[in-house]
Amino acid sequence: MSRALKAPLKGPKLYTWSTAAAVAALVAAAGCGSSSSSSPAAGQTAGAQKGGTYTILAHAAFGVADPAQNYTLQEWQLLIDTHDGLVQFNRVGGIAGTKIVPDLATSIPQPTNGGKTYVFHIRRGIKFSNGQTLKPSDFVTTFERQFTVPGPTTFYSGIVGADKCSTKHCDLTQGVVADDSAYTLTINLTASDPEFLDKLALPFAYAVPAGTTKKLTGNNVPPGTGPYMWQSYNPNSQAVLVRNSHFHVWSSAAQPAGYPDKIVEKFGQTISDAVTAVQNGQADEVFDGDVIPSDRLNELNSAKYAKQVHVNPLTSTYYFALNTRRPPFNNLQARQAINYAADRSAYVKIGGGPSLAVPTCQILPPNFPGYKPYCPYTAGTDHTKWTGPDLAKAKQLVKQSGTAGMKVVVNSQNDETSKAFAQQMVSDLNKIGYKASTQLLNSSIQYPFIQNSDNSSKWNAAWSDWYQDYPAASDFLNVLTGCGSIHPHSDASPNIAAFCDQKIQAQMTQASNLGVTNAASANNIWAQVDHAVTDQAPWVAYFNPKQIDFLSARVHGYQWNPQWYILIDQQWLK
Amino acid sequence: MAAILEQAEVATEVRPAVAGRNPWLLAGRQLWHNRIAMAALVLFLLIVVVCLAAPLYANHVAHVDAFANNLNGTTVVNGKQVPLLEQGGGVLRLGETPIGPTWDVHHYFLGADSLGRDVAARLLYGGRSSLIVGIGSAVICCVIATVLALIAGFFGSATDSLLSRSMDVIWAFPVYLLAICLGTVLLTHSNGFSVGPVHIDATSLWPPTLIIALIYVPYVYRPVRGQVLTVVNREFVQAAISQGASNVRLLFSDILPNVVSVVIVLLPLMIATTILTEAALSFLGVGVQPPNASWGTIINDGLTLLYTRPWVTLAPGIMIVLTVLALNVLGDGIRDALDPRAKLRVKG
Repeated sequence: MSRALKAPLKGPKLYTWSTAAAVAALVAAAGCGSSSSSSPAAGQTAGAQKGGTYTILAHAAFGVADPAQNYTLQEWQLLIDTHDGLVQFNRVGGIAGTKIVPDLATSIPQPTNGGKTYVFHIRRGIKFSNGQTLKPSDFVTTFERQFTVPGPTTFYSGIVGADKCSTKHCDLTQGVVADDSAYTLTINLTASDPEFLDKLALPFAYAVPAGTTKKLTGNNVPPGTGPYMWQSYNPNSQAVLVRNSHFHVWSSAAQPAGYPDKIVEKFGQTISDAVTAVQNGQADEVFDGDVIPSDRLNELNSAKYAKQVHVNPLTSTYYFALNTRRPPFNNLQARQAINYAADRSAYVKIGGGPSLAVPTCQILPPNFPGYKPYCPYTAGTDHTKWTGPDLAKAKQLVKQSGTAGMKVVVNSQNDETSKAFAQQMVSDLNKIGYKASTQLLNSSIQYPFIQNSDNSSKWNAAWSDWYQDYPAASDFLNVLTGCGSIHPHSDASPNIAAFCDQKIQAQMTQASNLGVTNAASANNIWAQVDHAVTDQAPWVAYFNPKQIDFLSARVHGYQWNPQWYILIDQQWLK
Repeated sequence: MAAILEQAEVATEVRPAVAGRNPWLLAGRQLWHNRIAMAALVLFLLIVVVCLAAPLYANHVAHVDAFANNLNGTTVVNGKQVPLLEQGGGVLRLGETPIGPTWDVHHYFLGADSLGRDVAARLLYGGRSSLIVGIGSAVICCVIATVLALIAGFFGSATDSLLSRSMDVIWAFPVYLLAICLGTVLLTHSNGFSVGPVHIDATSLWPPTLIIALIYVPYVYRPVRGQVLTVVNREFVQAAISQGASNVRLLFSDILPNVVSVVIVLLPLMIATTILTEAALSFLGVGVQPPNASWGTIINDGLTLLYTRPWVTLAPGIMIVLTVLALNVLGDGIRDALDPRAKLRVKG
C-alpha cells in the first residue's frame, strides 16, 4: 500500500490489461504528455555508452534499507538494479513496462490446484554479488524473512504456513518448497490470488542468499543478483551502488545491463538546491519522489530545459476521506453535498495547474484496470468528466440532510501543499453552510492518526492520497473502501472513511474471484464497484496527479516505467 | 535615651521640609527624555494601530476576504482584469504563480499568496494575531511568574523548593520542543478542551497564547524570586512583620511594589521573545492555525514562493524585525528609567 511518492507504486500484471481500449488509452495518454517520454525513440540507444557516475539528489533518505522491510519507491528504484525476483516488470518505459516477465524463473508458470500452486523453474548459473550461486532454497529464506523481519505488508500471508509465522520463528517449508537438485521452487497458497504474480515482482520477494540473517539487517543490504551491488548506505549522507562483477545478462527484458558505472544518491539537500544543482550539471536527477517547489517550476518552463523535463501521468488519486462514523458525514446527502461543492479546479491549481493534475470524482485513476470515466458531482449533464462545482445542488443536499451549520474539522498534514488542500476544503465546506476549521498535523503523525478509530471523534474530513501498489483495481477499491480494510484501534486501517457497504463488498468479492480466470470480466465488475462507491461518496476525490522528472543535460535514454518511474540504470551519461 | 530623643527633635526642627518624589514619576520623566526609547514606543504603537485596523483595510479599502481561498479570482492591474494565479508559460506550462505586488492599496498591494489571498490584508490580520498572542502570553507569563515568585520567595523552605524545582523541570525542556509537543497534543483535540467552566477552542488564539506563556514562566520567575528574597530581608518588611502585618498585606503592599519594577523591565523584552516564539511555532504549524493568519504562518505560506514572489515572506519578516527591535529598544529604555544604577554600572 502506498500513499505518497516516497512509498512505492507497485506494478501491474499486464495480462489483466487485456482490452485494446485500455492500451489505446494509455498510449494516447503517454503521447499527450507535454514532455512525457515513456520509452526511447527508435535509434535513440544508438549513442548509448557505459561509464560515469549517475548522481541523484534526494531531500531525505529512505529509512531502513533491508529489502524485506523497506517500502519506498526511493529504495525500490535502486533495488531493482541490485536484486531480482522470480518475475519482474518488463524493464522498459511506457505501457510495455507493466508486463510481468520471467526473471530468475525461466518462465511464468500457469497456476494449478485451482490457482493455489505455482511451480517455478529457476535459472542456473546465476551468482549473487558475493559470489554465491543462486539456488531455489534461497527463496525460502527470502519469504521467511518477510515474517521474521517483518515486512510492512500482508502480501505474502496467503502462503501455506505463513499464518503460523512470527517475528521469532517462521517455517514455510510447506508453502515454499525448494528442490535444489531439480532447480524448482513450488509455492503453495491457501487460496487463489489473482494478484500473486504482481506481488512476486515486488522487491520484498527479491532473492537474498540462504544464509542471510532472519533478523533485520538495518542499513546493510544483503547481496543480490542484479547488475549493481550496494557499496554503502548511510541515511545521513548517501547510498552508493557499484557494478556487480558476477552479473551477466540472462533476460534483457527483466534485468538488462546498466549504463552508469556507479549510481550515487545523496541525501539532505533542500529540493530547491537540488534543482539548482541539476541545472548547473552538478547532479543528474532531482529524486522523482521529491516535489519541486512551485516557484522553481517557472524556470523549468524555459525552452532551455525542454529536453531535461519530463511529465508523466501517475496512477494515483488525491482525496479527502469523509468520516462516515460521525455527523455530518454519516449522512449520504451531506457527503454528496461536499462532493458537489468541491471546486476541483482550485485543487488542481494547488497541485501545480492543469499540466500537473487532472480533476476527478472517482476512486480509480485513469488508465487503470477497471477505470471507466465517471463524475456525477459536476455542473452540467456530462457525467464523464468534472466541469465545475454545483453549489446550488450542494446547498440543497445540505438542507435536506439537516446538517447545516455543523462544525467540521478538516485534518491534513502541515506541509505547504497538504495545508493548502485543507484550506480549500474548509472554503468549500463553508460555502455550503458548514463551520469548518483545519487540524494540521506533522506528516509522521497524520496518517496513522486518521487511520486509528480511537481518533475518529476528532476529525470529519481527512486528506490523503494513494499510489498504486500494482495496477489492480482491488489495490484501490478493496484496500481503501472495502469492509475488510477497517481495523478498529489500529494505526494501519487504510479504509480511513470507515466506509462499509455489504452489497458493494459482495461485488468486490465476486470481482476478486473472477479475476483468477477472467480478468476482463473482473475489471468490468470493478468498474461497477468504482461507480457504486463514488455514488456513496465516502471520499471527495479531487485529482489525479502527474509526475515531473528533472534531469541534467548530460543524461540520455530517459525512460518512464509506470511501475518504477525513472529507470535509472537504463540512462547513459554523455 | 532622653538625650537621643532630644537630638532627634532638634534635627527635625532644623532640617527643611523636602518634597517627596514619586519614583514612578521620576522613571516616567527619564523615559520621556530617552528619545530612542520614545521612538521605539511610537513605532510599536504605530504597528499596533495599523494591525488593529486590519478589518478596515480588508473590508473598506482592499475589499477582500483575507481568509477565504480565491484561486480562481481576478483583480485589476493597470486598468486590466487579470487572474490572481497565472499558469506557467513555455511548452510545459508547469505551475501556477500568484500575482506579485501591485503597489495599489485597493488591489492586492503586496500581491497574492498561492491560495489567491491578499498578502497585505493577511499581513495586517497576521500582525493582529501575532501581537495578541505575543502580548497576551507575555502578560499571562509575567502574572503567573510573579505570583509564584512572591509565594516562593516569601514562604521559603519547602514551598520555595517545590516551586523552584518545578520551574527547573520546565526549564530543562528545550523551549521549542516543549511548545511543539504541547501544541501538537492540543491540536488533536478538535473539540477544544475545558479547564473548569472555561472552554477553549483548539483553533482559537488561546492555545498558542497559553503554551507560550507556560514555557516562559521560569524565565521570569527566577529573577523576580531573587528580588523577592532580597526585599523580604529588608528592614521595612521586617518592621511590618514585627508589627503583625498579615501575609497578604506583606505580599501585596510591601513586597510586590518593590519587585514590580523588575517585571515591568522584563515585560517588553518578554513580548519581543513571545512574538518571535509565536512566529516560529506558527511557521512550524503548531501555533496559529489556518485560515487564521500570523506573521509566522505567512512566512511559511511564502516559502515555496521565495524565488518568484519574495514579498510574501519578506513583508511579515520585516514586520517581525521592526516589532521586536522596537520592543527591545523600549525595554532597554524602561530598564534605564527604572533602574538608574544598572545604567551607571554599564557606563562605569
